[in-house]
Amino acid sequence: MNKIVEKKELAPKIKQLDIENPEIAAKVSPGQFAIVITGGKGERFPLTVAGADPSKGTIRLIFNEVGKSSKELGTFSVGQELRGLAGPLGNPTEIENFGTVLCFGGGVMSGPLLYIAEAFRQAGNKLIVAIGARTSELLIFKEELQAIADKFYVCTDDGSEGYQGVDFLNDVLKEKKGDYALAMSVATATQKAICEITRPFGIKTITSLTPIMLDGTGMCGACRVNVGGETKFACVDGPEFDGHLVDWDLLESRKRTYVAEERTSSLCYEMGEEFASAEK
Amino acid sequence: MAKLNLNRVPMNKQEPEIRRWNPYEVALGYSYEQAVEEANRCLQCKKPGCMNGCPVNVDIPGFVGALAQGDLPQAAQVLWKHNSLPAICGRVCPQETQCESQCVLGKKGAPIAIGRLERFVADWARANPEESGVFNPELPKSTGKKVAILGSGPAGLTCAADLAKSGHQVTVFEALHLAGGVCVYGIPEFRLPKSIVQAEVNYLQNTLGVDFELNHVMGRISNVDELLKDGYDAVFLGVGAGAPMFLNIPGENSKGVYSANEFLVRLNLMKAYLFPQYDTPIKIGKRVAVLGAGNVTMDSARWALRMGAEEVHVVYRRTKAEMPARAEERGNAEEEGIIFDLLTNPSQVLSDEQGWVKGMECVRMELGEPDESGRRRPVPIKGSEFVVDFDTVVPALGTQPNPLIPRTTPGLETTKRGTVQADENGKTTKEGVWAGGDIVTGAATVISAMGAGKRASAAINEYLK
Repeated sequence: MNKIVEKKELAPKIKQLDIENPEIAAKVSPGQFAIVITGGKGERFPLTVAGADPSKGTIRLIFNEVGKSSKELGTFSVGQELRGLAGPLGNPTEIENFGTVLCFGGGVMSGPLLYIAEAFRQAGNKLIVAIGARTSELLIFKEELQAIADKFYVCTDDGSEGYQGVDFLNDVLKEKKGDYALAMSVATATQKAICEITRPFGIKTITSLTPIMLDGTGMCGACRVNVGGETKFACVDGPEFDGHLVDWDLLESRKRTYVAEERTSSLCYEMGEEFASAEK
Repeated sequence: MAKLNLNRVPMNKQEPEIRRWNPYEVALGYSYEQAVEEANRCLQCKKPGCMNGCPVNVDIPGFVGALAQGDLPQAAQVLWKHNSLPAICGRVCPQETQCESQCVLGKKGAPIAIGRLERFVADWARANPEESGVFNPELPKSTGKKVAILGSGPAGLTCAADLAKSGHQVTVFEALHLAGGVCVYGIPEFRLPKSIVQAEVNYLQNTLGVDFELNHVMGRISNVDELLKDGYDAVFLGVGAGAPMFLNIPGENSKGVYSANEFLVRLNLMKAYLFPQYDTPIKIGKRVAVLGAGNVTMDSARWALRMGAEEVHVVYRRTKAEMPARAEERGNAEEEGIIFDLLTNPSQVLSDEQGWVKGMECVRMELGEPDESGRRRPVPIKGSEFVVDFDTVVPALGTQPNPLIPRTTPGLETTKRGTVQADENGKTTKEGVWAGGDIVTGAATVISAMGAGKRASAAINEYLK
């Protein structure tokens, strides 16, 4: 159970794992997430599921190596097993034929976006797809998303490929106003920017929030967010919410609760190993 | 018979000024000599009141009598007959309101320390598994019936153990990555060492042959109807009341505000007190406020102290007399230096520019007429608002049932409070489905959940015949 069956490096520090777990693979829908535990002393951390193959009994996770846990997950090789994998958690994306759907995927979230966009496509929607990243080499799933999109755009923060920044979406929407939008990104600022672009057009915009989580099943409230003036638990009430109602400042503030501890943990992991090998 | 002795043998504890700095167990337990001496105080009543006070009907005079004779294997066997989790019960049961409250010695002096004796016998058996003879029960031939237990807390484990002993094939489904429910995520190491919980789980797994499916979030990965379709003959819901409650006051989402559940899950289940050796962090400031007055409040406050907080306040809107926490735990907290701010109710959490908690606005309360719980209702005193500095706030206001299972189980009726409707044997409105513990009663005790698990197991056994 939870054996890695395939591993790929999609871009520098962005990895993709296909993990054997037939029960989750049979049940998961686009938009849901899983809680991962790498080792016996590991934390529980959520990753949005980026695909599933029920016939092979595998699910796909894509992640950025940023902190200790994701770095450790990146060291897993084919054949190794995760300590724990719980899912599918959260509510699936609402998939209907809305008409034309604007799908935005930032960085590593272009992975789960592909999984969701395929479902939108199958439901008969026309897709305007835009993906973005800090720089050109970090763009993932360009070909795959382009293949299912009616219109396809690329942007980067540094302008190394496609448009610079996300403001171009204003022009895209002026040309063809969509009926529905989905903004996927782990960066709060990007999610907020997309939602502010769609707001004047009156396009309902769903966004998947990524607050800190602990159990992921509704028992702790670590992931509480404010949506439309009400406190919600992202793990059981979400993770997707109406992006025009999200309190972004609170989300970003709470995501930064453990910045210092995350750094300590990451340093201990890397330097601890360095010192250990130097002492040998 | 020895002369009537009205004083119980004291149990050794870590001194308050020592234990407030460490996570090790506070109570150190009896020695053999102490246990036998205490057991010898028992009058072996013809009509033992103590047993009536026990939700799982442990044969208390039986095991205490054997212990008084120094016959430890016999004591262990009597104890295990009715209770699969004695090492846990001996530590966390509120004996003072149950078995011990019914002891005749209590009329004139101190009742027999039944909890401490139970703990002693359970710990002895675990240390001497062969000699005790309780870890190799003869299991009956398999009945070929399959039972699914949802949740591995006290209700689920008790139900699972009893059904396995009846020869059924039992699978326990647990959402978290460790079995034990509230015993692993809720009750702190210093009250209930996790190695003990693990030993009890191992007994079910290795000796009784119970299967554990961890990381299994029922209602998401599967549901009750699917289990019944997949060949399970009966289902027991022991999923607890896991969803935290907040005060719903302004500022409650500031950084540094933890629900007691989050606070305790980080420390107990994820071992944040060993960060960065363990990956899960927790941030506890110098001045901590824990809101509420139950056992969970005491647990959170005492953990905060052990994590280096300089001042820990329990903030409660009523008085000491109405506190639901066990007297022993409140006493332990007081000894350790926890400060009680009584007749005080927070009205707002205040935060700094970065969104971190910096204090609370509170209002003074006074007690008015009794409310529906029979306790005098606290009412705010107008104009008594004041501000106190805190950098960590932990609302420990109780929990409510997680709606995931009821919502995904058609035919399962719930009450207005969200709890599952069940009769005294745990039978629900859905055929083949029983429930017990906090999911039925709302947040209560380990032992009452175990009692419910036990009654349900008997009913399921009958159903499967």
